[in-house]
Amino acid sequence: MVYDVAIIGGGVIGSSIARELSRLKLHIVLLEKEPDVANGTSKANSGIVHGGHDCAPGTVKARFNVPGNAMFDTLSRELDFPFKRNGAWVIVSSETDIPRLEKLMEQGIANGMTGLSILNQDEIRRREPSIHRAAVAALDVPSSGIVCPYEMTIAYAENAAENGVEIRLNFKADTIAKRDGIFHIEGPAGSVDARILINAAGLYADTVNNMVSSEPFVITPKRGEYFLLDKTEGSLVSRTLFQLPDESGKGVLVTPTVDGNLLLGPNSRVTGDKEQTSTTREGLREVAEKALLNVEHVAMNKVITSFSGLRASTQTDDFIIGPSPDVENLINVAGIASPGLSSAPAIAVYVRDLVKTMTHAEENAAFQPVRSTFARFRHMTVEERRNAIAKNPDYGVIVCRCEQVTKAEVLAALRGPLHVHDVDAVKRRTRAGMGRCQGGFCMMRLPEIIAEELHIPLTGVTKSGEGTNLLMNQNKQNL
Amino acid sequence: MQQVDLVIIGGGPAGLAAAVAAHEAGIRDIMILEREAVPGGILNQCIHNGFGLHSFHEELTGPEYAQRYIDQVQALQIPIHLGTMVLDITAGKEITAVNKSGVLQLQAKAVILAMGCRERPRGALNIPGFRPVGVYTAGTAQKYVNLNGFMPGKEVVILGSGDIGLIMARRMTLEGAKVRAVVELMPYSTGLKRNIVQCLDDYGIPLLLSHTVTEIRGKKRLEGVTISQVDDKRNPIPGTEETIPCDTLLLSVGLLPENELSKAAGVELSPVTGGAVVNESLETSVEGVFACGNVLHVHDLVDYVSEEAALAGRNAAEYILHGHANGEGIPVCTQGGVRYTVPFSVDPHKITDAATLRFRVDAVYRERYISVYLDGERVLHRKKRILTPGEMEEVKIKKDLFDTHPGVGTITVAIEEG
Repeated sequence: MVYDVAIIGGGVIGSSIARELSRLKLHIVLLEKEPDVANGTSKANSGIVHGGHDCAPGTVKARFNVPGNAMFDTLSRELDFPFKRNGAWVIVSSETDIPRLEKLMEQGIANGMTGLSILNQDEIRRREPSIHRAAVAALDVPSSGIVCPYEMTIAYAENAAENGVEIRLNFKADTIAKRDGIFHIEGPAGSVDARILINAAGLYADTVNNMVSSEPFVITPKRGEYFLLDKTEGSLVSRTLFQLPDESGKGVLVTPTVDGNLLLGPNSRVTGDKEQTSTTREGLREVAEKALLNVEHVAMNKVITSFSGLRASTQTDDFIIGPSPDVENLINVAGIASPGLSSAPAIAVYVRDLVKTMTHAEENAAFQPVRSTFARFRHMTVEERRNAIAKNPDYGVIVCRCEQVTKAEVLAALRGPLHVHDVDAVKRRTRAGMGRCQGGFCMMRLPEIIAEELHIPLTGVTKSGEGTNLLMNQNKQNL
Repeated sequence: MQQVDLVIIGGGPAGLAAAVAAHEAGIRDIMILEREAVPGGILNQCIHNGFGLHSFHEELTGPEYAQRYIDQVQALQIPIHLGTMVLDITAGKEITAVNKSGVLQLQAKAVILAMGCRERPRGALNIPGFRPVGVYTAGTAQKYVNLNGFMPGKEVVILGSGDIGLIMARRMTLEGAKVRAVVELMPYSTGLKRNIVQCLDDYGIPLLLSHTVTEIRGKKRLEGVTISQVDDKRNPIPGTEETIPCDTLLLSVGLLPENELSKAAGVELSPVTGGAVVNESLETSVEGVFACGNVLHVHDLVDYVSEEAALAGRNAAEYILHGHANGEGIPVCTQGGVRYTVPFSVDPHKITDAATLRFRVDAVYRERYISVYLDGERVLHRKKRILTPGEMEEVKIKKDLFDTHPGVGTITVAIEEG
């Protein structure tokens, strides 16, 4: 069959476009090379829904950031992903930098933001007691928020699947050719034909575009490293604290996460390798040092993990969004570095409208905007817990102690619409293994539950796709 | 809300021994809450022998040692709720727990905290590199191998020479893996001497002291680790890097008392032990809440856990039956390499014949004395050939000494050269 639309890439961009397109009566397929959506840049970033003061007016980034931000309240309710408007401050440590804050504020207003103001030292010390003593003023960005970027992406993809989008995981597009107006996409997992191709391939969007277009572009990976701290530290600050932006970006921030941890990072280093998501000693040291420009003290002994993610940056430092200049029916959504997460909802609506114009597709009358999901034990009251256990005793079986995740939630994650079965997929859907012990206990239980549910041997359970089996063989097999 | 005299959180060696002792001291209304499906705690996966030499004068395996206490608890018909996870304890000793049957809400007269400890994860070490499959805490691997019967890999490096790391070096070897090296940051092992001999030396496994893992290699599956020598400030020395190919890295880099519930109840914790600050009765800063075992401070031998837990059980019983006779505790100070003592204070009126102070030292000391002072006067002076951070030490202060030294302001435990 020939699909109306093929989307390459299951990050937040591909997934949000898939969900918005499922409002139309179209045959849509989303191709993702990894064993789950949100497995690249969308799983390892700051999780900030930026206000929009940071984008130069007139850029593509400026066009999508503010309207994207405004959509999060409704979206997080419909799709049930964690989001909170905690506000952000850009802080300066010298009176001479205050004019730069004023300039940022003007820029924000030019981009359509409201509610911006500049706070003095008394005010910022009163409202954020842990803020660095050198901070003299701050730009208050009340519309800024925090979100769980992978839960948001998963939510979008699952809702897209519920509304009829076919999501093919582990499908790597090795070759793409256009013949007779049809895109032929081939890879080790098979081939797909489609009339419209949406390139949301993240770090590899250049590869996808350059296979069919003679207007090439380059995506350069820029690594950012992070520290995640125990929930005991999550209330160190209530807002997201930034320094003034410089050439390398918004700088190292200190923020609570929407799940209640504390996050420090990122730094910014160009890497030549799109798979280079390792952390480095120097990079982590840089993050620890620069985080201390924002706050007086961070309990670094409460770090529970460190990680890095790659930004997909372009030569122009702006998003590349819209129809390809030379290939009909190819839509690029590329170079989605920060504020990509914040812009994603608005970008998805723009792409949907574009496709609607191209195809004259009817509305999908059966579209269901609310994702069906499962109740989280950790958010329940005692009474709710009592009722949940009475209906399903697996709600009384705690698998992950630190995050209070139950067996019922693990099974619900495995039975979700994307048919995932990796430990990491369960982890991102339930938070099992994301707490202070980092899976020390639940990594014993999870593989057992997965093996039992899927009727596979324990040695068949994988962390993240083929070749990542947690257990290799039976005892003594190699003697 | 159900009323219970004594609720014990945790059915591992500490909880079981505390229950037996409380029962012997006259308490009948006891409830043990255990999160796992079987009692015995971490001992169930410790299938090696060497347990019980002090308590039973026999060499038992972990499960055998646990069974001795499980049998007693069963014979005494002390109820134990399995698969039951405590979610909250209040300072008023209200306990909320869940299991398959629903939510339990209990009002206890006394509570014994016996939740044990957990392992320090990779994240806490900030080892740079990728985050591939193949990196486990030693205890997680021990569970996979000893309880599930499956191996996480074939070529193994172990970081940390604590007892679990040493035990796992031997276990992985016996089950068919090649253990390339045990890498230890410190210039000495933090494990028991007997484990170094029986688990490494006997199998020709190299112990690399003053080394650490400085990079984790391999994006999807572990392909190797880079190790480096460290200087006396524990910083890696550039130029000493060496790559060891392996598919498994086991971490045995410290145990942390699991005190999240204690914190919620308002129990004061020691920054040194990570456990509760307790008096001679092993009572915490919250009246009627006692602590014992690895949740109080990490032990080297389970025999001492049982002994300590029995004391907590007796004192909890005493508290339930007779309430409090609040006396003034004498604070215990530490000097010269003594990191902490448990208990942190002693009320001479509340000890029967002697106060046992357990402690650990901060480095390896040879030919030193353990001394105890009551105010300025040295009342105990005992020579030790060797003191190491891996082994728990103890001193007993006889009750008579307090009788002959009334009005003592401080007790000091010190390591001294002469």
